[in-house]
Amino acid sequence: MSKLIRMDHTGHSTIAEWTPEDPAAVEAAVSAFRAELERGYLAMVSTGPGHAEHVRELPLEAELVIMRLPISGG
Amino acid sequence: MATIEVLPEVAAVHWRPRVDADRLRLMGRVWTLTMVAHVVPFLGAATLLMAVEPLALPVALICVAHAWIIPELYAQRGANVLRPRRRARRTPEPEQRSVGLLGDLVGHEARELHSRTGLVLEPGRLGVWLVGEAGAVLLRGRRAYCYCVKVDPRQAAAAELPSGDRIAHLLLALRSDEQGFATVANLAFAGAHWRLRRRMRKEMRPALKAARSTPGEPVSGVRRNIRGRLEGMSTSTPSSGASLGRRALALIVLLIAAWVLFKVVIGVVTAVATVVVVVLAICAVIWAIRVL
Repeated sequence: MSKLIRMDHTGHSTIAEWTPEDPAAVEAAVSAFRAELERGYLAMVSTGPGHAEHVRELPLEAELVIMRLPISGG
Repeated sequence: MATIEVLPEVAAVHWRPRVDADRLRLMGRVWTLTMVAHVVPFLGAATLLMAVEPLALPVALICVAHAWIIPELYAQRGANVLRPRRRARRTPEPEQRSVGLLGDLVGHEARELHSRTGLVLEPGRLGVWLVGEAGAVLLRGRRAYCYCVKVDPRQAAAAELPSGDRIAHLLLALRSDEQGFATVANLAFAGAHWRLRRRMRKEMRPALKAARSTPGEPVSGVRRNIRGRLEGMSTSTPSSGASLGRRALALIVLLIAAWVLFKVVIGVVTAVATVVVVVLAICAVIWAIRVL
């Protein structure tokens, strides 16, 4: 089961869960993913120890997709 | 998977040159020169005052104090990037959830270090990073680069993020594009790691020690700097003792040479001033005789 989570004031919230074999869940996850992008969140996927990638489309095969806010110099 | 290699936030600072090993080296040297430019004039003024008038000791001491305080303030500014953010209230459950997610992103040792120090250790290609809530420190060779960087405060949701999430935001950005991360972040201080250590909170110091003993990720085509040392490697090598001794000797030689040159300059200035005073005195005498 893959998860789409968003880091927020609660620690993190699970926005969607899906398996590639469940088209309805995938569709809901894609919609939720796009909604988060429109809110200004960025999507990250861990790609091994010490590595992460920024993605613009929901990677259906990923186990965990994390939505984060942009960063800036302080 | 549709991936983007450059950190998206870099677009907001498009005028900045992308940080790489050469850029870091340059910035480190600029910081060293800045420190020298701050310290040397004050020490020079103190020396000059003492040479000209020993009664000016209090003023000379103030100059020396300035020469000491200014670098310390810069180091404090660097250490401040690792200070935890002040919050009106910390709610335990979100904090625990955020730390749990952060723990899933890092290994056991980093998790344990975070629980002790509040900082996450992350080896990178540019060096070894220590990531806090509102900033990160890059350790590279003997130098520490302190970056002020945080979740964009213009985002309304940023204000209430728990500490673990703040670090996770920075960590994920760092992992996706290390050079972009260093480009987006504002450099608050660059200097010797021992200067940073003195200004860090005591409970955070073990993280600095752990980072110094952690090798960065291997980089193809390891670069050497002009002194032949490997950049990005720990300096705790057998040659560091000899290097330290040579540097101490060089410092002594520099101080002696500076003192000799200073005396020569004072002598020349005094001689010129004497000639000028004598000429003026002769002119004054001639003028006075003519008037009388």
